[in-house]
Amino acid sequence: MKEKLVLIGNGMAGVRTLEELLKIAPDKYDITVFGAEPYGNYNRILLSPVLAGEKTIDQIMLNDKQWYVDNGITLHCGKEKEVVQIDRRKRKVIASDGTTAEYDFLLLATGSNPFIVPVPGNDLPGVVTFRDIHDVDLMLEASKQHQHAVVIGGGLLGLEAANGLMLQGMSVTVVHIQDTLMERQLDKAAGALLRKSLEERGMHFYMPAQTTAIIGEDRVRGVRFKDGSELYADLVVMAVGIRPNIELAKKSGIHCERGIVANDTLQTFDPRVYAVGECVQHRGQAYGLVAPLFEQAKVCANHLAHLGYARYQGSMTSTKLKVTGIDLFSAGDFTGDETTEEIVIKDAARGMYKKIVLKDNRIHGAVMYGDTVDGAWYFQLMRDGTDISAFRDHLMFGESHLGDAGHGGQNKAASMSDSMEVCGCNGVCKGTIVKAVTEKGLFTLDEVRTHTKASSSCGSCTGLVEQIMSSVLGGGYSAAPKEKPVCKCTDHTHDEVRKVIRQQHLLSIPDVMRYLEWRTPNGCHSCRPALNYYLLCAWPAEYKDDAQSRFINERVHANIQKDGTYSVVPRMWGGVTTPDELRTIADVADKYKIPTVKVTGGQRIDLLGVKKEDLPGVWRDLNKGGMVSGHAYAKGLRTVKTCVGKEWCRFGTQDSTAMGIELEKRTWGSWMPHKFKMAVSGCPRNCAEATIKDFGIVAVESGWELHVGGNGGVKVRATDLLCKVTTDAEVEEYCYAFIQLYREEAHYLDRTAPWIERVGLEYVKQRIVEDAEGRKALRERFVESQKYAQVDPWEERASHDVERHEFVPLKLVG
Amino acid sequence: MTDWIEIGTLEDIPRLGSRVVRTTQGDIAVFRTAEDEVFALNDSCPHKGGPLSQGIVHGKRVTCPLHNWVLELSDGTAVAPDQGHTACFPVKVEDGIVRLSLQRQHT
Repeated sequence: MKEKLVLIGNGMAGVRTLEELLKIAPDKYDITVFGAEPYGNYNRILLSPVLAGEKTIDQIMLNDKQWYVDNGITLHCGKEKEVVQIDRRKRKVIASDGTTAEYDFLLLATGSNPFIVPVPGNDLPGVVTFRDIHDVDLMLEASKQHQHAVVIGGGLLGLEAANGLMLQGMSVTVVHIQDTLMERQLDKAAGALLRKSLEERGMHFYMPAQTTAIIGEDRVRGVRFKDGSELYADLVVMAVGIRPNIELAKKSGIHCERGIVANDTLQTFDPRVYAVGECVQHRGQAYGLVAPLFEQAKVCANHLAHLGYARYQGSMTSTKLKVTGIDLFSAGDFTGDETTEEIVIKDAARGMYKKIVLKDNRIHGAVMYGDTVDGAWYFQLMRDGTDISAFRDHLMFGESHLGDAGHGGQNKAASMSDSMEVCGCNGVCKGTIVKAVTEKGLFTLDEVRTHTKASSSCGSCTGLVEQIMSSVLGGGYSAAPKEKPVCKCTDHTHDEVRKVIRQQHLLSIPDVMRYLEWRTPNGCHSCRPALNYYLLCAWPAEYKDDAQSRFINERVHANIQKDGTYSVVPRMWGGVTTPDELRTIADVADKYKIPTVKVTGGQRIDLLGVKKEDLPGVWRDLNKGGMVSGHAYAKGLRTVKTCVGKEWCRFGTQDSTAMGIELEKRTWGSWMPHKFKMAVSGCPRNCAEATIKDFGIVAVESGWELHVGGNGGVKVRATDLLCKVTTDAEVEEYCYAFIQLYREEAHYLDRTAPWIERVGLEYVKQRIVEDAEGRKALRERFVESQKYAQVDPWEERASHDVERHEFVPLKLVG
Repeated sequence: MTDWIEIGTLEDIPRLGSRVVRTTQGDIAVFRTAEDEVFALNDSCPHKGGPLSQGIVHGKRVTCPLHNWVLELSDGTAVAPDQGHTACFPVKVEDGIVRLSLQRQHT
């Protein structure tokens, strides 16, 4: 017998919980849903575009009635199916028409009710709220027959309603009790700019003004205020706020305060009863935006499935106004206090205003008006708690100012045309993303990646995709939770996985998966390579590498190319070669008919177009000429680029070539979270471009400058100066310690640049520069690990038949 | 009647890995799951022809090494939201011997 689950409330939060539940435990429950609205489940946050005439109701349906049928869910919807009683002793709910349903578990998702201003006349025909499809229908109807609308409430909802009615041809006045619009999201300066641009569009304002009565006899005729003044109106929209709908819960004896009180597992005081959505009060907070509700849904589903490891710890939210052409963004605490600092830019002529509130070098809140292109970025920095001191002087100018290769978001999402390309890797244009978001009902970056492929390759357009999503979804945009799980196979984060591997001394991928209760039998292409690396890094001597959990490049020690052939890059220590090595390479290219021989960006020679079965032969011949694998394919040390340095250069201050060769000989073969590049320049002219490498060394007259965290790829990032040292031995010690810290603490597939931006340069300095003991210990661990790593994989495979099966067909047929 | 061709032993194929059978009608990738089930697909991703035999095998699926499309080993269809299909061949294991038929399965 399946257990019975009853959901009261057919809205976004409740149904999302069911969707999450069906994903992880499809057969656990017989599910019954009660909804007071006569529809399937629709996207409430897109009601504003419906009112504005930009969308139809059909376009905002998330799950039509067929979905309930397909998933075996009993749906009772319509006014007469509103649940009026919960009998908790008999575990039964009763609807107003007498329909009943028994439950083993009950999920309350009763949402919220619009707040009705308690003034005489508030029940006159022509007075509406802005909450559901019915309200929108009433407003659309009224806009056809009437001319003058008054919207009470100058918050997010009120302005969206006002904008919609204006677009339907009505003359609209917004009445607000405060002297600033959207005072919960905007400070006075931004509120004033917003008012100005809405006025330019024809919206009228009457504020501050307190409504005392709605006047009219058989229909509304106007609004009266405290000072005795009156405004004519034949439609009045109340949009002054929402209240959690707790009436039913309260009546049933479930503990409520402002909302239904729920704990971190979304359970109410009755353990059989869960609650999610706007009706919930969690840690004193009630949320009216969709992103936190979806986070709650996920956690709740996890517990309903009896998995029991997820926890909801509250959300940070950001706001955007869904009024086309108005760019406004706010997040966090933008008022600040005596413990915070603020940075402000205001350019009233351009209609631009930007304020960032900082606390302990971390973003505490932000308000932007006119130019919100970096909103998603600031929000990300805020949620991640990123230390911004390293780029504080650029912070206000936005992410694109930090440098990127062209797709990082210097375009304004809202002003882009639908045919403009967003994702250069997969050729996805803006229109495709907008369409997927609205038609398929997508809310998260992951969903957009899955459905459109945008931002799923190099990731340089992620910021832009997020901007497009937030411009379409407004407050409904669901940013990724603070700490991302490794992949969809688990809810555990990278850091949790690494900690457990060390603490429990886990020595294989299946052990890790068992211990952490992975959802899939053997993971996926995302988590297996990560786990393999984490185990390798934690137990260099004991762990046995799992070839089947490596991407093909690392499995066969060559780079797969678009036609399924491979490319081979021999190591060229410090970029130095000899005539004999060049002859060997030329001979190999001739012998195996290699079509392309190319100099790479990292001072080496690439042999492109090698057939897989020829790889062992190519390697054997290169080995004979004294060359080993260049690991051009590895999440590990790639190259150490050098200039000619003191030996030849008239400006050279140190022997950078020798230093580069020495470092490469010591560090090659080590596996890392991502590719790792070094460079050594012989003087501050920096010909080896050391300041865009993961670890860069610049020689000066008195010694060496050590730079870290550079990147020349997707997003150009110049290095941060770690410190200055005087001896060669110090260069090595600091270099190994830095590499080891990165190996031990970065997430798999993090380059050093994003890792340092996340943990902060100060942290890295403290571990590497200030803590001498710690630095030496890191160095020791690196040296120890290298004992097991410096084996030429080509030699093993070419001469000792290691993994022979990789390179020969199983069988030739016909 | 199905013509079964003996192609090797189960042990010749690494667990969660694959081997290629070269035929006159193109390469066929033969996969072995963690549970020792064996499947055979045309060694070409419906997206851009990537060699599926070189991908990472997980559950009863394989991820193409070129652009991360995921395909069902059982019938060669792409996992949603991607859409596509690659040919699938009958394969069986008896007493550790793997046999393959070159007659494409219709799905």
